[in-house]
Amino acid sequence: MHDHHGGGPGVQSPGRRVFLQRTSEVAFAAAVAISSGGALINVTEAWGIEVKGLQPETMKTLILMSRDIYPHDRIADRFYAIAAKPFDAKAAADPAIKAMFEKGVADLNALAGPQGYLGLHWEADRVALLHRIAATPFFEAVRGPLVVSLYNQKEIWPIFGYEGESYSKGGYIHRGFDDLDWL
Amino acid sequence: MVAKFDLNDDSVVVIIGSGAGGGTLGNELAQKGVKVVILEAGQRFEYTDFVNDEWESFAQLAWTETRATSGTWRVAKNFPNLPAWIVKAVGGTTTHWAGASLRIQPHEFKALTTYGRIEGANLLDWPVTREELDPYYERAEEKMGVTRTGGRPGLPGNNNFKVLKAGADKLGYKECHTGNMAINSVERDNRNSCQQTGFCFQGCKWGAKWSTLYTEIPKGEATGNLEVRPQSIVQHIEHDAAGKVTGVVYVDKDGAQQKQKARIVCVAANSLESPRLLLNSSSSKFPDGLANSSGQVGRNYMRHVTGSVYGVFEKPVHMYRGTTMAGIVRDEARFDPGRGFVGGYELETLSLGIPFMAAFLDPGGWGREFTSAMDDYPNMAGLWIVGEDMPQEKNRVTLSPDLKDKNGLPVAEVHFDDHPNDEAMRNHAYEQGRKIYESVGALRTFPTPPYPSTHNLGTNRMSAKPDDGVVNKFGQAHDIKNLFVSDGSQFTTGGAENPTLTIVTLAIRQAEYIAQQMSSRAM
Repeated sequence: MHDHHGGGPGVQSPGRRVFLQRTSEVAFAAAVAISSGGALINVTEAWGIEVKGLQPETMKTLILMSRDIYPHDRIADRFYAIAAKPFDAKAAADPAIKAMFEKGVADLNALAGPQGYLGLHWEADRVALLHRIAATPFFEAVRGPLVVSLYNQKEIWPIFGYEGESYSKGGYIHRGFDDLDWL
Repeated sequence: MVAKFDLNDDSVVVIIGSGAGGGTLGNELAQKGVKVVILEAGQRFEYTDFVNDEWESFAQLAWTETRATSGTWRVAKNFPNLPAWIVKAVGGTTTHWAGASLRIQPHEFKALTTYGRIEGANLLDWPVTREELDPYYERAEEKMGVTRTGGRPGLPGNNNFKVLKAGADKLGYKECHTGNMAINSVERDNRNSCQQTGFCFQGCKWGAKWSTLYTEIPKGEATGNLEVRPQSIVQHIEHDAAGKVTGVVYVDKDGAQQKQKARIVCVAANSLESPRLLLNSSSSKFPDGLANSSGQVGRNYMRHVTGSVYGVFEKPVHMYRGTTMAGIVRDEARFDPGRGFVGGYELETLSLGIPFMAAFLDPGGWGREFTSAMDDYPNMAGLWIVGEDMPQEKNRVTLSPDLKDKNGLPVAEVHFDDHPNDEAMRNHAYEQGRKIYESVGALRTFPTPPYPSTHNLGTNRMSAKPDDGVVNKFGQAHDIKNLFVSDGSQFTTGGAENPTLTIVTLAIRQAEYIAQQMSSRAM
């Protein structure tokens, strides 16, 4: 019904439509809006995900947590959203898991203060909170799966200079397996 | 025409497992006219089925059924149900391995005599010498096409090797080269030569790396004397009132329980499953499990001193291009207690892709310290430590009291604590790895902890005296003449060397012994 963005000038979204304005100063919390259907949408980057098991605001927090746990400044938000998607599916399939994620995020927001985790605009402040909860099962339930769900996305491998599958290209025997020339 | 033997044919040799030990033993016996049934727990993939994708390949080939862990090793904390990265498929771990093929050194076969008594360690000399094994080592090297042996040329050095070599030269190391690898540097044995593809651990899609899957097994099948039954999970080994083994009970691919009779049973299911099987085969006659009058079944579990060092350089390396492990520094494998530990270690090049680097660089790690390391990836070079760890009786495979497999049998629980000698060796190796990379300009270096074990040894060890181990110098159980162990669980000690060549060597020799015993009707 109404969007939950954290602020920023000139944004309004009554009723069923979602408007979004992204400037370089507007943080993730404002860049990702929640549609009337409960989906998370980033209009500028043109991606959106359905949210089925968790509260949309909870999912949004988990996506930001995912970046804060594994921050890469060249990896766009959409890859963190994809990485975090399985949390929603697990929550939809199991009420106990849903409760664990909802409570974990609620506790994190309580630690953060009235503006919540999403309202903490400096990474350092958010990471300080993560260190405080790092020994909890909730933190591990978020961190653990990200190792695969983030880094196993083929689209981001070029950012790390990793070329992936090789056999179909004839291996590296003619593609620079020994091209190092600076020693 | 491929063989198919009757379940009631009690003249066959049954081998459990199709890897370096089981696959080689099966072929060697088949070539001698012996009838063999290999029961393999995993499926049969051909090398065209392999995938150049780390997690997808892991799901395809790795043994992922749960195991339990305990002890102070970090693997128990980070990977509590995955103590080992080994294979469940026809070909066993020879599908996944890197190909490093080194002979164990003469003094390492005499670990107790050479190192002396070490407190807390259960050291023992092997009941066989390096000299006795040399003719069989040579046959194994010929069989596997090991480079830099038998006149076979070495593989070319990839970028990762170039960094290692430059650093090794700077430090004054004398024995650094592209390894003794069971990977074709030229076309050989009707198989392709290496195309430097960089996915050795995911199975060689060219067939250039030796694996029993596409060498020993088809050669054995061609004789008409070898039958391989995939998806056959052996539950226990049966014996008669006199204590001789008579056959095995297994669950077939349709989930039905079957019983295959046998004249001889050879256990080659790797160092976790082999002792588990012997323990799960306990009976009123053998309440502590088969072949276990010494109490040593499952004990003395070794996994080598391992760990990695990665170095980050100003310019790109692209270490993932090419062979995963064709590069070695052998100087530290010597016995030199002046360094603060007994035994030695090899340093071998190693590369992981982004998905596995994220999983293994620093398990549990997170935040910018972790991600800045990942960002360094294109400029990274890497090496892996392989060193001799101390056998300890308390490091052992037992039957889990809580966890059962899908057929209701207790799974293996692996207990491991580092020995102080292991820690001293690992710290020395980390330091030397760091120095190698810093000497040629590394701006940042990381030590990584041991991965889930790819070398698993010692849990049914060879001994001269029945009180000290499970099998004799031919891998024959002290307690039961027609029961053999044919995998790395036979190793009395681990040496500093990757184990596969020695497993193949012992299998060639064991086949000769078994065939001889059969024809003299001793079994």
